[in-house]
Amino acid sequence: MSTMVKPCKCATETKEELYYKISEIIEDYRGKEGSLIPILHIAQGIYGYLTPELLQFIAEKLDMPFSKVYGVATFYSYFTITPRGEYTIRVCLGTSCYLQGGKKVLAQLKKQLGIEIGQTTPDGKYTLEVVRCIGECGIAPNISINNTSFTQVDPDKIGEILESLS
Amino acid sequence: MQSLTINNKKVTAEEGMTILEAAKKNNIFIPHFCFLEGIHQVGSCRICVVEIEGVKALQPSCSTRVKEGMVVHSNTERVKKARRVLYELMLSDHPKDCLICKRNQTCEFQKLGELLGIEEYRFEGEQSKTYVDDSSPSIIRDTSKCILCRRCVTVCNEIQGVGVLNVQGRSFKTVIGPAHQLPLNSVNCTYCGQCTVVCPVGALQERDSTHTVWQALFDKSKRVIIQTAPAIRAALGEEFGYEPGTLVTGKMVTALRDIGFDEVFDTNFAADLTILEEGNELLKRLADAFAGKPAVLPMVTSCSPGWIKYVEHTFPEELDHISTCKSPHMMLGALIKSYYAKKIKVDPKDIFVVSVMPCTAKKFEITRPEMKNGGYPNVDAVLTTRELARMIKDAGIQFKTLEDSRFDSPLGLSTGAADIFAATGGVMEAALRTVYEVVTGRELPFGGLHVTPIIGLEQIKTAEITITDPVEAYKFLDGVTVKIAVTSGLMGAKQLMDEVSSGNSPYHFIEVMGCPGGCISGGGQPRPTNNEIRQKRLLAIYSEDDHKQLRKSHENPFVIKLYEDFLGEPLGHKSHELLHTHYTKRNHLVDFQECAETIGIR
Repeated sequence: MSTMVKPCKCATETKEELYYKISEIIEDYRGKEGSLIPILHIAQGIYGYLTPELLQFIAEKLDMPFSKVYGVATFYSYFTITPRGEYTIRVCLGTSCYLQGGKKVLAQLKKQLGIEIGQTTPDGKYTLEVVRCIGECGIAPNISINNTSFTQVDPDKIGEILESLS
Repeated sequence: MQSLTINNKKVTAEEGMTILEAAKKNNIFIPHFCFLEGIHQVGSCRICVVEIEGVKALQPSCSTRVKEGMVVHSNTERVKKARRVLYELMLSDHPKDCLICKRNQTCEFQKLGELLGIEEYRFEGEQSKTYVDDSSPSIIRDTSKCILCRRCVTVCNEIQGVGVLNVQGRSFKTVIGPAHQLPLNSVNCTYCGQCTVVCPVGALQERDSTHTVWQALFDKSKRVIIQTAPAIRAALGEEFGYEPGTLVTGKMVTALRDIGFDEVFDTNFAADLTILEEGNELLKRLADAFAGKPAVLPMVTSCSPGWIKYVEHTFPEELDHISTCKSPHMMLGALIKSYYAKKIKVDPKDIFVVSVMPCTAKKFEITRPEMKNGGYPNVDAVLTTRELARMIKDAGIQFKTLEDSRFDSPLGLSTGAADIFAATGGVMEAALRTVYEVVTGRELPFGGLHVTPIIGLEQIKTAEITITDPVEAYKFLDGVTVKIAVTSGLMGAKQLMDEVSSGNSPYHFIEVMGCPGGCISGGGQPRPTNNEIRQKRLLAIYSEDDHKQLRKSHENPFVIKLYEDFLGEPLGHKSHELLHTHYTKRNHLVDFQECAETIGIR
């Protein structure tokens, strides 16, 4: 009995093939002003992070200088040009969270994960970031993990939250 | 008209004026820094802040418009304190190595510090991480000196439309530069150097060649020959305190002899030669087109190496439109090391050719592998006008006291047509003076030989000339209306090339100069450059032309003799070998794999 083996194409994909998803999105936005930021948002959603190659591809499609697109991607803290972990943990240090012990939450996370702000654990599981307000000031301190928020976080119970993820 | 009060003085200003402009008009000086009139007035440095009665926060005067009845103060305690702190904060993250900085005494940041009376380093904060990009043969970037004023970003994006420089990163980690800290030689930088003209500090500069040139001069075995571009004579004086637009041709030649150059030649000679080669190339293309043979039109001029690099990156499929003529100084270099070397019986290996150019892209041009003949580079070093001024000062020469002298023969004589190569529209006019006469046997029908529609600083200028009653050889052009276009600055070039690449260009011949205004305001010219100064330099160039007895390139007796003795005929075998070149298709996208190593080092 013979088996059909499809050759792996991952190393031979052209840029168009690799980026066809974002190409379609860019087409939808063509000619609209202020489309760069939404496109970068979606691109990061699809590919996880924004590589120089991807940013150059977007710049080319939008007929914008690569330096400008790269500049925007490196200006906003939401965008990342390095790979993120499976879980992105964002600790809120807005006024309310700060007063309610956000700093302690951050310290505990740093200790437990063994990484600094902006870093990713070596196993590629967690990325630690800081944000200013996620809009739930009444029940501070807050963190968000992959867009799910956790409120009134007790620094001593961080372990439980992390365990609940997997 | 609106009336307002600035520093207790009642003044009037036109509607729409900024406070800074209104103050200047009324002889009130408000300290400012990043402001560049008409170009960069976005208030990025905030040094020009003022207090406006009834407005809570201090406002940048360079970008706040006047209003009727406005009361403005630029010298209150609050304003002075803010201005000082802003300066001190910038200073706290600056290397403060003024004594060994090329911009020492020409630095705008240094001058402002003096004006504000700064006497101590009050804030000793963290220093940002910086790097030096010396990858390009034309421009050196040192981010440690950068004070983030963004003038270069404005000229690179909005004036030149290249967009290699932009703001990267955020807050304390902000860097002005290409994406991904890519070196300049890996991106589509044209090396036009307009950024080096506007940079107030030492962050963007030409690559210095003065040491190389001094070394050549000290080397007794070298015959060091210098040539100067048409635009130098109308701008060099500014470095020595002359008014913009003062011609210093004679003093410049004397200064070069005093420095020790063995021969002082004029790139203008080769500009005349260019007209004969390029004019004939145009006529050949037109003849082919009218005979139904394949011919690429419009033909576009090739004197500006910044433009050439731009078109290679941006329109790599349209390179057949570019004239194959080398730029004039490369032609002259090639002739010095062949024709002239033979004449003076010197081995070309012992000749060192220096070009003084208003241009930073010329520094790149001489490194192009095709710019060699017989194994020797056509030109060995390029100095900008600014570098030449430094050398003259360094040599202890009192420029203002110098007597006038003349260029050496035979490669120093030129016609008025060559002078105007320095300004936008000049190459076209020079070409028309010759081509029209060749085709019709009559002089170009414009007053004073000046094609007025293509003179001036507008971005794109066009003209039409109808050929009537041509000589026998050009009968095919009878009744033909030749359409021409002229642009300076790369924004305009893109517009004209978009038409070319879509097949809709109505023109036969296009002149492009990479810098706005042409070589008179090239990337290597004295600072500052603005439209007023451009206009003055332009008038100087045209007056040089008007005062010459010979004003048409084909009347240059030494050019005629050169063809008789050496070259044969325009577009002939020798010309092809020495005076013509070819172009390289370049990608305007970065090949990350190719430059992975360079990026890795950073």
